[in-house]
Amino acid sequence: MPRTSIRRLAGAAAVALLLVGATVAGAEEVKQEPVTSFTLDNGLEVVVIPDHRAPVVTQMLWYKVGGSDEEPGKSGIAHFFEHLMFKGTTNAKPGEFSRRVAEIGGQENAFTSNDYTGYYQQVSPDALHDIMRYEADRMRNLILTDDVIIPERNVILEERASRVDSDPGSILGEEIDATLYQNHPYGTPVIGWRHEIEKLNRKDATDFYDRYYAPNNAVLVIAGDVDADTVKKMTEDTYARVPKGPPLPPRVRPAEPEQNTARTVTLKDPRVGVPSFQKKWLVPSYTSAQREGLDGEPEALDLLSEILGGGIRSRLYQELVVKQGIASSAGAYYQGTALDGTDITFYGSPRGGATLADVEKAVDAEIEKVISSGVTQDELDRARNRFLRSLIFARDSQSGMARIYGSTLTTGGTIRDIDEWPERVKKVTTQDVQNVARKYLSPDRAVTGYLLPAGGNAG
Amino acid sequence: MITVPVAFARNVVSLVAAAVLVVLAASAARAEVKIQEVISSSGVHAWLVEDYSVPIVSIRFAFRGGSTQDPAGKEGLANLMTGLFDEGAGELDSDAFQLLLDDAGAEMSFSASPDAVYGAMRMLADQQNEGFELLKLAVQLPRFDPAAVGRIRGQIVAGIEASAMDPSTKAQTAWREAFYGEHPYARADEGTAETLATITPEDLKQFHARTFARGNLVVGVVGAIDAETLKRRLDEVFGPLPAEPTLTPVAPADPRFAQEINVEADLPQTTLQLAWPGIERDDPQFFAAYLMNHILGGGSFSSRLFDEVREKRGLTYGISSGLMNRDRASALVIATSTRADRAAETLKIIRDEVAKMAAEGPTQAELDLAKTYVTGAYAINNLDSSGAIARTLVELQLDGLGIDYIDRRGALIDAVTLDDVKAAAKRLLSSDPAVMVLGPAMAAGTAK
Repeated sequence: MPRTSIRRLAGAAAVALLLVGATVAGAEEVKQEPVTSFTLDNGLEVVVIPDHRAPVVTQMLWYKVGGSDEEPGKSGIAHFFEHLMFKGTTNAKPGEFSRRVAEIGGQENAFTSNDYTGYYQQVSPDALHDIMRYEADRMRNLILTDDVIIPERNVILEERASRVDSDPGSILGEEIDATLYQNHPYGTPVIGWRHEIEKLNRKDATDFYDRYYAPNNAVLVIAGDVDADTVKKMTEDTYARVPKGPPLPPRVRPAEPEQNTARTVTLKDPRVGVPSFQKKWLVPSYTSAQREGLDGEPEALDLLSEILGGGIRSRLYQELVVKQGIASSAGAYYQGTALDGTDITFYGSPRGGATLADVEKAVDAEIEKVISSGVTQDELDRARNRFLRSLIFARDSQSGMARIYGSTLTTGGTIRDIDEWPERVKKVTTQDVQNVARKYLSPDRAVTGYLLPAGGNAG
Repeated sequence: MITVPVAFARNVVSLVAAAVLVVLAASAARAEVKIQEVISSSGVHAWLVEDYSVPIVSIRFAFRGGSTQDPAGKEGLANLMTGLFDEGAGELDSDAFQLLLDDAGAEMSFSASPDAVYGAMRMLADQQNEGFELLKLAVQLPRFDPAAVGRIRGQIVAGIEASAMDPSTKAQTAWREAFYGEHPYARADEGTAETLATITPEDLKQFHARTFARGNLVVGVVGAIDAETLKRRLDEVFGPLPAEPTLTPVAPADPRFAQEINVEADLPQTTLQLAWPGIERDDPQFFAAYLMNHILGGGSFSSRLFDEVREKRGLTYGISSGLMNRDRASALVIATSTRADRAAETLKIIRDEVAKMAAEGPTQAELDLAKTYVTGAYAINNLDSSGAIARTLVELQLDGLGIDYIDRRGALIDAVTLDDVKAAAKRLLSSDPAVMVLGPAMAAGTAK
């Protein structure tokens, strides 16, 4: 389970400026170059995050398209297309870009989520210009033929077999989401449903490419041993030459209707040795909250999930694992970095003679306690301090910093949101935390998933 | 993340391979990391990289020993111990210790491998007094209170039970036992419910006392701290430990190749794992073997196996080979998961590629490419955060590679010739491998 959300680290760069100078014990003065951003004429937004500790630079190109932007019936095309980006272009033979990265000892990969798709390389700074050229090239010049598409579709079916079909927890997770989201495409798995992946074809890929892969639908993040002026110059004969695409329609997905029922989803599987459960509710994301006038709620939800279920000092861990001794694990997580409304999750698993029902009941009781009695100021301060400290630790990871900016900017957030996040977290009160718990965590609207051994039952 | 976290296109983690410690041979690069050797007045050695650009201090250390030191019948002792260092030390009980750790903003973790117990702390530079004080207590005076021991043991047992029905767990156990026989490497690091039940707080105290000593300790430190300050810290944290540990000698493992291990299970994919003899870290031909492995299947996506099995045929999402190096065993391991109905075909392709490599070796062009990759990737893979640098400092010391190793590494790689690599391929890949097949039954004889 993720202990540290991206959003929690969101203010990293900015807060560093505020905190660092004052806190370095006896060290020489720390000079932190600011994060800068600019936009090219073709609409490509560029963010530069200087970090001169090692001769390494990270390029991440983020597209504002993910699994939840797919047409109905085409699930998996965003992720499938991500794989196809590694094939040849009119200027580079298949695999040439990857060979070039390998040749210089670089690393590369790509990722797809609901809301964004990203491609990245880590190389030495003298190779940056070269990889920018390749990355800009494949933004528009990909050659898609059945010769490359058919074997890659098989690779993706094997990927689905490895990631989902081989793991009962993942099978259940897909179907919990499909139950929780009754209308919004967050209920469809990013990797795609098997029967739909099997039918994806060249036309689907080409249509998707032409619709979404353009400089005006992307954010370039460069982090590492380089400065903004150099990056700007390097864009002139690379990204700046890619023509602007047609304007994209607003990313409006089908909205969730009112939820009026408690639902359960159960998977019994012979591979499961010990039962576990998770309970989810729909809640606002940072971006949906801004849209809907729910300012402050995501920050309160972040702190609520930290206080109730963020690690070994949380209420759930202390109460269920330590004091009552009925659980082997118990916790919560909230991922607020999303374009649309998101969810908060609580989970637990029994140990010793306790049953799954005992654990679920105890989790419910802890949630109810927050709803009825709130949290203490001390708990809130500790959770908040952990968040603020994590911003300093985040600066230790170049690619982590790039991810904070990329994920925020492709889910409707701004650099200003990142900068202001620490201040917004500081404003959250114990009442705010209790309010979001009371407002969202109603037992009558929860979706509960049970992962059980073959022949087991949730009671 | 909202649904499927992030689907990585090219990351390759095979279930079974993940259980093996694949050592990415440390390698050099332009890495401008300046390592100082620091020796405290009580004789504790550490390697230090000073860096003030981020106000944090990372310390990592290892005590040689690890789970091979678990007495027979008390398997899981080292692993259980590592779960208890933040559960009370000195005058502080579990709750008090954790509250102070939280106040200090320090992150502390311990873990056990077969060959060592590892520790780490990452702290804010301006709260290092509090951080080092807690680390000192944890290292020197862990309490092993019965309540905490019972609870952590219960969590480990729950974890063992949770995965016990998973065929891949059964396969890993079968593999370890077939491959290592009676050697301690055949045992599960975490032990079993039965062996864990026999472990008492007194066992933990004795184990700690005999395995935590200055003589089997290596330390790596990175961040906003100077050598003089670090010397004092080393004395505080490690100075009072005994000079020498009392370790049970571990014999060479002598892994068993040339065998088939079949674990039949109704699964959507078949997992294949193959092992050939490996090469010791201090062998003069190590880099020749390392480069050969990179060309065969070590490159994350530009290897021969990747091209043949994934790119050309779409038979798998991931396939990789790696050199596995433990203190008393080494192997070259290839692992993949593939669609069950074509597992025999996949296995044949792997065997053919290995035979071809053994007979002909790579081309000069492949070797040249591998050299530039292996040289250049060092900084990115090993030195891109203070935690990664500290980990590298510890690994270099455990491997006995010398403080100038990063500078020397490039020349060691350059010196490898095509004939060296061909010889290494012949040496490692000419014999019969151990082969494990996990999945639906394959047609008889196909593993050959």
